[in-house]
Amino acid sequence: MGDWMTVTDPESKNISQYTSETKMSPSSLYSQQVLCSSIPLSKNVHSFFSAFCTEENIEQSISYLDQELTTFGFPSLYEESKGKETKRELNIVAVLNCMNELLILQRKNLLAQENVETQNLKLGSDMDHLQNCYAKLKEQLETSRREMIGLQERDRQLQCKNRNLHQLLKNEKDEVQKLQNIIASRATQYNHDMKRKEREYNKLKERLHQLVMNKKDRKIAMEVLNYVGRADGKRGSWRTGKSEARNEDEMYKILLNDYEYRQKQILMENAELKKVLQQMKKEMISLLSPQKQKPRERADDSTGTVFSDAEEDPGELGRESMWDLSCETVREQLTNSIRKQWRILKSHVEKLDNQVSKVHLEGFHDEDVISRQDHEEETEKLELEIQQCKEMIKTQQQLLQQLATACDDDTTSLLRDCYLLEEKERLKEEWSLFKEQKKNFEKERRSFTEAAIRLGLERKAFEEERASWLKQQFLNMTTFDHQNSENVRLSSAFSGSSDRDNLTVHSRPRQKPFRVSGGSPVCTSKLTKSLPASPSTSDFCQTRSCVSEHSSINVLNVTPEETKPSQAGREGASQKWSVASRPASQEGCCGCSLTYTNSHAEKDDLP
Amino acid sequence: MYKRGLVQVWSLEQPEWHCRIDEGSAGLVASCWSPDGRHILNTTEFHLRITVWSLCTKSVSYIKYPKACQQGIAFSRDGRYLAVAERRDCKDYVSIFVCSNWQLLRHFDTDTQDLAGIEWAPNGCVLAVWDTCLEYKVLLYSLDGRLLAAYCAYEWSLGIKSVAWSPSSQFLAVGSYDGKVRILNHVTWKMLTEFGHPAAVGDPRVVVYKEAEKSPRGLLGRPTCPPPRAAESKYEIAAVPATLQTLKPAADRANPKIGIGALAFSPDSYFLATRNDNVPNAVWVWDIQKLRLFVVLEQLFPVRSFQWDPQQPRLAICSGGSKVYLWSPAGCVSVQVPGEGDFQVLALCWHLSGDSLALLSKDHFCLCFLETEDGDTARGKLGSHT
Repeated sequence: MGDWMTVTDPESKNISQYTSETKMSPSSLYSQQVLCSSIPLSKNVHSFFSAFCTEENIEQSISYLDQELTTFGFPSLYEESKGKETKRELNIVAVLNCMNELLILQRKNLLAQENVETQNLKLGSDMDHLQNCYAKLKEQLETSRREMIGLQERDRQLQCKNRNLHQLLKNEKDEVQKLQNIIASRATQYNHDMKRKEREYNKLKERLHQLVMNKKDRKIAMEVLNYVGRADGKRGSWRTGKSEARNEDEMYKILLNDYEYRQKQILMENAELKKVLQQMKKEMISLLSPQKQKPRERADDSTGTVFSDAEEDPGELGRESMWDLSCETVREQLTNSIRKQWRILKSHVEKLDNQVSKVHLEGFHDEDVISRQDHEEETEKLELEIQQCKEMIKTQQQLLQQLATACDDDTTSLLRDCYLLEEKERLKEEWSLFKEQKKNFEKERRSFTEAAIRLGLERKAFEEERASWLKQQFLNMTTFDHQNSENVRLSSAFSGSSDRDNLTVHSRPRQKPFRVSGGSPVCTSKLTKSLPASPSTSDFCQTRSCVSEHSSINVLNVTPEETKPSQAGREGASQKWSVASRPASQEGCCGCSLTYTNSHAEKDDLP
Repeated sequence: MYKRGLVQVWSLEQPEWHCRIDEGSAGLVASCWSPDGRHILNTTEFHLRITVWSLCTKSVSYIKYPKACQQGIAFSRDGRYLAVAERRDCKDYVSIFVCSNWQLLRHFDTDTQDLAGIEWAPNGCVLAVWDTCLEYKVLLYSLDGRLLAAYCAYEWSLGIKSVAWSPSSQFLAVGSYDGKVRILNHVTWKMLTEFGHPAAVGDPRVVVYKEAEKSPRGLLGRPTCPPPRAAESKYEIAAVPATLQTLKPAADRANPKIGIGALAFSPDSYFLATRNDNVPNAVWVWDIQKLRLFVVLEQLFPVRSFQWDPQQPRLAICSGGSKVYLWSPAGCVSVQVPGEGDFQVLALCWHLSGDSLALLSKDHFCLCFLETEDGDTARGKLGSHT
């Protein structure tokens, strides 16, 4: 085919190669072209790009490219031919389109390649991961198998040991049995021997006694100086059948007394125990009955208690009278009822325990810790309290002793007087304090009322002033010219009734000359003249003065406030102030409005 | 005077009154008073018979075939009845006599191999009979000879060594060779509890008093020469767990020193004092109300005998030295017997009133008076007589 590796071939050779191979099949051409394209990626790219088409073989290359592209389904590079023979012109648009298409294709292919590569990587890593897992699992399986074998071994050993021990035990038991048998046989033998020996001994004793008695060398006698009287002072009695009977009687009497005494003791014990049981039963019933009254979920519990109570009540009275009897049925009934109550109580306690444990499970450790802490804190508090109480008790005891151990009546009375004096003086002091405070409160109250009255008067005066001033304005209004558009626009910016607008319209020109003439102090002075000095109004004036230094809009803003207070005053609603404060967004105005509301509110409160 | 077969009697009130009983060839093995103080019972040699000598009528009665055992004769507490253990034809019998006229009331056989002892209950209605030490058996007979109950704790081992009734007749304490005391109750005659006597005391509620010598010399007291008089001793409270001195018994000799050798109830039945022969220096005091060990007293020498004050829970112990030891729930004290030379206290005996105590040595005895001052008991004045 040719030496495709050598790219440094002269261009003509390449071209000739290309041109010669244009006649070959497109598939082989394509494959060769792929080969061609794959090589220069590592080496001279530019040379290859220039190698394909040079200035000499443009036509050929174009025709070649056109062929290739048409086979791929792209539109032809040439323009539409008009005739067969005429040279076809290169359709630049088509070329460009083709290039674009090719670029798009290239991009798509690159993307696809990237995706495939990433997928490949992923799959590779997954494979690795799975292989690792598999290896680990294999290891685990191995170790667990080994463990199992080890455990089986141990189990076998233990079973062997167990069997050995059983065997030993059996042997020991057999030995013990054998020894016991030996002992038993020996014991019988021994008894037999003993009996024999005893008989011999007795015989010998008898013989000896006879021999001894027969000798009579020494007389067995008793020498007494004189007879001693009987212990009980009575004379001895003959032994007769009667005395024997009497002895028996006495003996039985003694026995019977003993039995009666014991029976009494046992009856007393029984009675006490029964009392205790009855008490227990009553207490248990009372413990369980509050449950019955509250409507709780444990219906079965309550029904249980209800049933038991229903059973008890009719029998209750009867049983109390039968306390002293100790017949079977009463005893059985008592024990049965106690058992029933106890079972109910037990189940109740168990349920409570379950509840408690459930609650605990949720906040287990913390609650425990907290409860313990609380418990400790409480115990500490209680201990402190106890100490304090003890100290108090000691001091009280001392005082009591002092009081009790009175040496003289005088001193005790003096002491008493002293204590009382102290208390009296303290009371007097407190009383005087209290009176003073009362006076102060009265004074303040009076001053407040006076202030309120003053405010009312001031207000009235102020309103009258304003009314008069407005009247004046109105009268003076006709002498002035009408305004420019600015004023109209500015007036339109304000919300309000036509009356108000007119007023503002009219008041503004009035005010302008005020301002121009540096009338801010004049304004204030005028206002101060009209209004008597009071803290709220002075504030109002101050704020007004600071406001009036601003631009005309501010001034204009002030004026509706001026007018508005009058209206608000008439309506007596402090809510208007908030309306006033809204258009006037400067701090000063807000402040003044607020202060005025305060005084205004006060005025309303204190008519 | 056993060797000569003579019994001599004197009167405490009339010094010139005097009586002499001569058994002659019959010999004399044991002699005792009857409860009314008018009769003397002499047991002849080889236990051939018991002769009852009457001091008021100078008459003689005989009781045949008495049993030669540890405790063959028992008078009931009220002095009405006498129980005698007999053995005829290799069988044991018990005869009950009325003390007022020595008439036989009952005679019945017992289900024992070899009767070892009998004892009346303080209420006089029950008689406890126990078997030889080779077999553990306690039989309880009523006054009229009926068998009430039998109790056997175990077989094939040495059995009962000592028995004691509680003064209220509620409990019967049975001490056996296995070092345990078993308490039976009087209603069912079944075991209430058993008390063990190990050498190591572990219960922290128990107080252990150990007698220690107050040596006037140095700390560890290396006395170069033995002191002329026995040194004073005092009780120290030992920390629990404490171990006590034990004695290893010789297994091949008769009468081995194991088992509960001595038992005594306090007069109010609150305490039981026991001695385990295995641990001979110690006296165990048990609280019967709570049925557990209360106090252990360990002496320097083996305890010879102890006895409760008949009036209050006060225990007197002697251990062969020249001191008598007193214990009460308030505390314990060791009292030195004053006098020249060594007075070896071998036995002691309380007076019925509980005010005085007789201490017996080999051939002397001395009386210890206990002053009952306010709060201060057990300060003893000691007088001495020979």
